[in-house]
Amino acid sequence: MSDSIARRAGGPSGMGVPYGTGQGTSANLADILERVLDRGIVIAGDIQINLLDIELLTIKLRLLVASVDKAREMGIDWWEHDPSLSSRARDDAPGRQMAAGPSGAGSGPPVEKGAQDAEVARLRAEVAELRAAAGLPEGASTRSARRPPESRPSGTRPRKPRPVSKDASGASEPSRPARRHRGDDRDNEDEG
Amino acid sequence: MTRTHGAGGTTDRNTVSYVYAVCRAGGAPEVPDVRGVDGAPLRLVTQGSLAAVTASLPADEFGAGGLEEWLKDLDQLERLARSHNEVVDALHARTTVLPMRLATVYLDDARLSRVLRERAEGFGQLLDRLDGQVEMGVKVYATPAARTPAATSARGAEPQDTAEGESPGRAYLRRRQAHRRHSRDVHRTAGEVAARLPRTAAPLVRARAVHRPQQGELAPRIGENVANEAYLVARSDVMGFRGTLEGMADGAPGVHVEVTGPWAPYSFADGTSADGGATQGAPDD
Repeated sequence: MSDSIARRAGGPSGMGVPYGTGQGTSANLADILERVLDRGIVIAGDIQINLLDIELLTIKLRLLVASVDKAREMGIDWWEHDPSLSSRARDDAPGRQMAAGPSGAGSGPPVEKGAQDAEVARLRAEVAELRAAAGLPEGASTRSARRPPESRPSGTRPRKPRPVSKDASGASEPSRPARRHRGDDRDNEDEG
Repeated sequence: MTRTHGAGGTTDRNTVSYVYAVCRAGGAPEVPDVRGVDGAPLRLVTQGSLAAVTASLPADEFGAGGLEEWLKDLDQLERLARSHNEVVDALHARTTVLPMRLATVYLDDARLSRVLRERAEGFGQLLDRLDGQVEMGVKVYATPAARTPAATSARGAEPQDTAEGESPGRAYLRRRQAHRRHSRDVHRTAGEVAARLPRTAAPLVRARAVHRPQQGELAPRIGENVANEAYLVARSDVMGFRGTLEGMADGAPGVHVEVTGPWAPYSFADGTSADGGATQGAPDD
């Protein structure tokens, strides 16, 4: 049975690759990570890898993706609000901890996990530096909407353009329209 | 292709059990002939009616400390994620699977068996629900036409565009406004297409999940992703689904609908979203 299904699902109008091998090799990394990292079953096992390391990873990924502020503004925080993935989501202060910046790294890092938390703190400090270097306001990350990924903005999301200059950095250009979320709920915000 | 049956097949302390997916033990699901993460051979750990596809990996690399290294580097992460998905995908081509999240690691097979036993009921229900279904991703992109010169430079831009007696500044503002209007129109159209997604897909799908739009460096650069959704589709409907959804943006310049898949049902494998599919299917605006 699986063979015929495989052929059907792979399909001529599809990606042109046999089903079962297509997504693994050709899907873009964002799609892969979105699924493999963010979805699937979570079984809290007897190893804590699912929690702390994923948090480290998310910080690292944010650094890779963009400046943190921009990433968050654009909604790259799918992992952040999931208590099963992020210990930060659990302690209910996602924005503030990130915004704590270098002082947070020095003065009050959580201590329960020792070296790994030190790494978290180090990365956070790095994040804050990047933000400062980009001239972005420090508290900006607290603006992120703390909403589970499944819920729908449906026009209620406060997405007014921020006063941050579009030209603040060259990198901001391709993502400039990203502030807009849905075409139908911001008729006037861009005028004037 | 070694197989470990029952809870007895534990591994030694130098390895941990990395789990890819859970499927039914009945019907003898084959372990796909692919190598998983780090080239480790796959095996089945069965427990009652369930089986977990797992592989033994070195504890120093994939234990709590070692895995961190894998996750900190994007290239490594990509390898890990792709291998993980490859295994899940290959399994999914053969049988109904519940894909695990990345980096689900147990100390040994006995612990894994225990979890299978404890959650047998929930897993069984999920597997029933996902039987014969695949996940299809649908993304709507808005790609406004290339920006007018006015948008980047106020000077020397299309003098013919300047109306009689109009100051350059006013002309600039006018062009800029036109550009914005165009961009807004494209986004509005994309929004409308996105709003129609659930209704258009409804006859073909069993559940819907709404994800965050993808942005940033990792996202494809074909425009702004205004909608990112996943649908649970019967395998036999994949072709119809793809054709229907991909045609949605026909005649809407600047709007692009991308259909990906079939995927293993990652977005629907979590028990928490198991019942949400039908209700989420309602159009939200």
